[in-house]
Amino acid sequence: MALTGVQIFKLLPKTNCKKCGFPTCLAFAMKLAQAGVDISACPDVSEEAKATLGAASAPPIRSFILGTGDKAVKMGAETVMFRHEKKFVNPCAIAINIKDDLSEDALSKTAVEVAASEIDRVGQKLRVDAISIEYASGSSAKYEAAVKLVAAKAPNAALILNCKDAGAAEAAVKAVAARKPLIYCATDGNAEAMANIAKANGCPLVACADGLDALSALTEKIKGLGIEDIVLDSGAKTAKEIVEHNTQIRRAALKKSFKPLGYPVINFVMRDDSIHEASIASVAIAKYSSIVVLSSISKWKDLVLFSLRQNLYTDPQVPMQVEQKIYEIGEPKADAPFMITTNFSLTYFIVSGEIENSKVPSRLAVMDCEGLSVLTAWAAGKFTASKIAQFIIESGIADKLSTKELILPGQVAILSGALEDKLEGWKITVGPREANAIPTFLKGRAS
Amino acid sequence: MSFVVPKESFNGKVLAVDFGKDDKALAIGGETCLPFLSFEGEVPNKPVIAYEIQDCAPDDWPDTVKNVYKEVSGDPVTWAKYCQNELKAKAIALRLASTHPDRGDRSAEDAAKTVKDVLSAVQVPLIILGSNHIEKDASVLVAAAQAASANNCIIGKAQEGNYKTIVAAALAHNHKLIAMSELDINLAKQLNILITQMGFDKAKLITDPMCAALGYGLEYTYSVMERIRLAGLAQNDPTMQPPIVGDVGMYVWKIKETVASETDVPDWGTLEDRGIAWETVTATSMVLAGTNLLIMRHPKAVENVEKTISELV
Repeated sequence: MALTGVQIFKLLPKTNCKKCGFPTCLAFAMKLAQAGVDISACPDVSEEAKATLGAASAPPIRSFILGTGDKAVKMGAETVMFRHEKKFVNPCAIAINIKDDLSEDALSKTAVEVAASEIDRVGQKLRVDAISIEYASGSSAKYEAAVKLVAAKAPNAALILNCKDAGAAEAAVKAVAARKPLIYCATDGNAEAMANIAKANGCPLVACADGLDALSALTEKIKGLGIEDIVLDSGAKTAKEIVEHNTQIRRAALKKSFKPLGYPVINFVMRDDSIHEASIASVAIAKYSSIVVLSSISKWKDLVLFSLRQNLYTDPQVPMQVEQKIYEIGEPKADAPFMITTNFSLTYFIVSGEIENSKVPSRLAVMDCEGLSVLTAWAAGKFTASKIAQFIIESGIADKLSTKELILPGQVAILSGALEDKLEGWKITVGPREANAIPTFLKGRAS
Repeated sequence: MSFVVPKESFNGKVLAVDFGKDDKALAIGGETCLPFLSFEGEVPNKPVIAYEIQDCAPDDWPDTVKNVYKEVSGDPVTWAKYCQNELKAKAIALRLASTHPDRGDRSAEDAAKTVKDVLSAVQVPLIILGSNHIEKDASVLVAAAQAASANNCIIGKAQEGNYKTIVAAALAHNHKLIAMSELDINLAKQLNILITQMGFDKAKLITDPMCAALGYGLEYTYSVMERIRLAGLAQNDPTMQPPIVGDVGMYVWKIKETVASETDVPDWGTLEDRGIAWETVTATSMVLAGTNLLIMRHPKAVENVEKTISELV
């Protein structure tokens, strides 16, 4: 069981030497209790204390890195069942499976698509993280060549070597060992051979069994063979199996401290229809998967799955923010309406969406209010007349406008008088209270 | 160490609500566990998807979904029949959009006539929705409830600002009722309490905690729904036990991702697939969070979500 901060503190040297990066041993102990730091950061801790703490402070779900380089994906280390309790920690990797018997052109094309899949969404760079190369050709030489080709064409993607044949897997793993591929998979039948390959090359290994009983026995076996970085495949195929198995795995790990299932999960969600596959993938993303493997990717599919992953892995305590600036919607001329709102991402999305719906080209000033919505920001003193005036003046927007008129959210109509005083020469207009009234408001002005 | 299935059992239960009549009647809710975890509880009814139609041409819908209905959307009766007979809709949600002061401001009497016409043309259960204009809905939904008397419809949405007259009408004409609040579990609870204090049976309520589209606050809806479920099941809070509705289509089919052409945003891929996938994935995540009744627009999205639901139960 996890120890409390005070229990951990009693095991530390209590020298407050700061070598761990924390001001006091107590602060370090508190962070250890939250599994936010590793005990090895303390250079003076006794071996005995380390052993006690190591067993108790190991996170209930093991964490490790999939892939190498700055695009590698951290996985595991989850701490809760529901995202409102605490932030989900490590967003799942999205992967595509391709077969080694495809032509070189087809393999290259997919690898290049993965390499070019990165997009920017609300300030985060999102991408397809991994490629699973499936051994379907029956030729280990062909498999190794396909793996090398894909690795070269997608230099930043994590690799999953989907090959149950130990001989073929060994050669392919060696060829790309520097990329730390995830080996898929060890089964009851090949566990020793696969564990040896993983150990010799320092690679993580998927344990694959039918059901959670067999899977627990298998991970114990693999761990006994010296493999620490394990990924779980319970054989879940249907949406129901994904939800039930993944829920039971996370519960067992978090609530029962059941170590044999304290690892990240991989789910294969291949379906014939691409949109249906996106639907099943969203089941896996929402329900605790750490690697979701698809049979196809495309720009729209990437976008929809990236968005879901981003939504569910946001910190429920910290609002999403957009960049402070003056956004142009449509192609606004000098006499286009000029509105202002705050930088809470939801506020921005809804307001800009309604302006777009109005089809009236406009400018929207988005002011940094630490991600608060209009009324909350006003109440917190972050969306005040003087701060708005300062932002408008410093933006230099006045030069672009034929009439200096600012449209204020109706919720803060109370600011209009003070703003007129502070923004000399500006006309302040009070806009609608709710965003859904913006189209009518803007169209009414235009006509 | 051998594996023991970590089961959780709850004292609470989601209330089962039926709507419609005769052999087309449907039931939602009734589960005693979190969504789809039937290894530890009962899941007697699977989520239902209703097709949304409107009482006026859907000028505000983007082409991807508007074109599907272009032959039938000029008339709500034709549109409803198309959904029932061609698309095999299990339920229909009629939105009285044209009663909104900005969308034609049609009268409550006009709305009542539309409701009667649609009811006499289709047999599947009907959900009757106002235009989401607080003042106007108060009169429109009263007239609609009367027009639909004895049809066991779902009427909505009652909100804090207008619930009294709508609750009274649903009570008088024996309908089920959607209570909507804005993305806050405490507001949802408070509204359910106010409504039951008027003598309305909580077993006839459906909670709408307010939907949001993927990428546009979905995470808030998702977590409010999960928290409502946990409150109803784990804490056995009777005010949090009505089934949940997700009004997905109207939030999805107006955001940029379902509207902007591939020419405008080449990085986002084909518009049609993108729009359908957006509604599909938004709805899929809603059912995982606890939604029992979905209101959707695109037939392909409905088909995909039904496929996923049939895999989930």
